[in-house]
Amino acid sequence: MTSDLIVFILLALIAVASALGMAFSQNTVYAALYLVLNFIVVAVFYLLLGAPFIAMAQITVYAGAIMVLFVFVIMLLGVQSLPPAKTLPWQKPLAVVLAILLAVESTYLLLSRAPLTQALAAPDASANTTSNLQQMALALFSEYLLPFEITSILLLVAMVGAIVLSKHEKKAGSGNGLG
Amino acid sequence: MVSVNYYIILSAILFTIGALGVLIRRNPLIIFMSIELMLNAANLAFVAFGRSFELTQGKPFFTGQIFVFFVIAVAAAEVAVGLALIVEIFKTKNTVNIDEVNSLKG
Repeated sequence: MTSDLIVFILLALIAVASALGMAFSQNTVYAALYLVLNFIVVAVFYLLLGAPFIAMAQITVYAGAIMVLFVFVIMLLGVQSLPPAKTLPWQKPLAVVLAILLAVESTYLLLSRAPLTQALAAPDASANTTSNLQQMALALFSEYLLPFEITSILLLVAMVGAIVLSKHEKKAGSGNGLG
Repeated sequence: MVSVNYYIILSAILFTIGALGVLIRRNPLIIFMSIELMLNAANLAFVAFGRSFELTQGKPFFTGQIFVFFVIAVAAAEVAVGLALIVEIFKTKNTVNIDEVNSLKG
């Protein structure tokens, strides 16, 4: 067993354990913190796969911005833990059975359609230099320029949408509508 | 050396845990986090397949990473709108239990 495999298995165990902790924890804040741990482990996987820019974007955008937004909303609503609601009795067993089916099927399909057994080399020094980032930026701003611009418009639309959703209309006559 | 198959299996397991969370939880915030987990699993598969293709071709290949970049941007937009919706639902109904948010059911 090579050291690469040991590192991979340890990281994979942390990832799966934190994902299970997120899905089953009763306290929403704990779930958010488990998810942050999961995102950081996935960022380490990106580093192992020779994608340093994606790893850093994952940490800043996911573990930073998105999870801060989650924790902020949890604190704002004060819903750290919901009272246990009555659920359908057969829901959990059925969900577990369906999830196992999904795992088996997706693994089988992915592995049978893409029988790639060659080992992934560890990223060499070139993966961590600026030339790697330069090449990715060149591809992003030449071949994928249109999707990039559309993404910026999508972010603008999402921002305006979030503001409109959380803005409260003043009652008619009580203001000039500028509030 | 780690084969790409290990990454694919890990990605499938993480995706399944996310789907399980969506199925069994009643708290929309945790359902939302499970959706983020599923997006992450798909991203991991993207990067792993991209790396595998890069090693097969022997030249740099960034399409997988650029797809992940776009997925991250879309996820950020989705979270902004989705959390605003959850806050609005909480203000209107004073609960976040999705079993009680069934006004459209008639």
